[in-house]
Amino acid sequence: MIQTVSVFAVPFMICGIVFWGLFRRINVYESFVEGAKSGLESTFRIVAPLVGLIVGIYMLRASGALDMFASLISPITDFFDIPADVLPLALLRPVSGSGSIAIVNDIFKNCGPDSLAGKIASVMMGSTETTFYTIAVYFGAVGIKSARHTAKAALTADVVGMIMSIVAVRLML
Amino acid sequence: MLNYIWSGMILVSIVVGVFSGRLEAVTAAAMDGAGAAVEMCVGLLGVMCFWSGLAKIAENSGLTKAFAKLLSPVTRLLFPKIKKDSKAMNAIVLNMVANLLGMGNAATPLGIAAMKELDKENGHRATASNEMCMFVVINTASIQLIPSTVIALRQMFGSQNPSEIIFPVWVCSVCAVIMGVCAAKILEKRRKLL
Repeated sequence: MIQTVSVFAVPFMICGIVFWGLFRRINVYESFVEGAKSGLESTFRIVAPLVGLIVGIYMLRASGALDMFASLISPITDFFDIPADVLPLALLRPVSGSGSIAIVNDIFKNCGPDSLAGKIASVMMGSTETTFYTIAVYFGAVGIKSARHTAKAALTADVVGMIMSIVAVRLML
Repeated sequence: MLNYIWSGMILVSIVVGVFSGRLEAVTAAAMDGAGAAVEMCVGLLGVMCFWSGLAKIAENSGLTKAFAKLLSPVTRLLFPKIKKDSKAMNAIVLNMVANLLGMGNAATPLGIAAMKELDKENGHRATASNEMCMFVVINTASIQLIPSTVIALRQMFGSQNPSEIIFPVWVCSVCAVIMGVCAAKILEKRRKLL
């Protein structure tokens, strides 16, 4: 069931969007090309930060620092039976979007996307956001000085999302 | 913040590299990583273009507005104090739909527009209103129907079933949003507006 929903989601979405466009009589193809151009721009925009952050993560990995960190936290990760590789992702996710993509890249490269760590990293990445960046952008835009309980509530959501990604992968995949 | 994280990453790897005698590997990894980053972006380029193109169709055909109607019972529940057809509510709903459909480029300007409307209703104070906090919390736990970047990355690294994560992602995001909303509701009562 779960597999079916996941497999059908993408084609259904593509089909739905295109048919809705035809139904509303807009030029579907022109809109598509126009949007695709903006995709080009936004991808180019992340090249520079990604070079910086993937270099950082790869260096950490090669120096052995990531493994040291993993063995340091292994009492906790072993206790909950989660792969130690995903913990750096959980820590960096709320702070940096490019940084977390860099870690996911590292996990996929070292463990593979279909390993337990790879699956958890995928779900974690897909279900959480760059919390602090979002808070800064939105409150910054309207000159709010005190965001009150926003960070606490948002981090609660992040923690739940992360714990749930471990649970969901174990139960569903 | 990223300033310190990034420099920390570099410094720690050099220092650890010296002590573990893997300094050469660290240098090689730096060059390797720089190449890998560009490789990854090139690999993602096509998929990003594809989804941005679809998002534009959704935007131009008014699919966002159709979705917005479906969402209105939820938004009324989340923002009881904001009038149904006000500018603020309109911007909030459109931002939520843009996030759902993965229209990252469109979502942020819409979100800022929503914040500006909420700011008016808040009397331009420097302290966030309950509605603003709620709106930002929902945005930080954004639900995306198709997590296209992750799926593309999985495919690049040769996953057997790149899209199998979609359903688990939905479950996790929904749980996260619900808990975030509850946390916001509880915390807003504890600390009264200044």
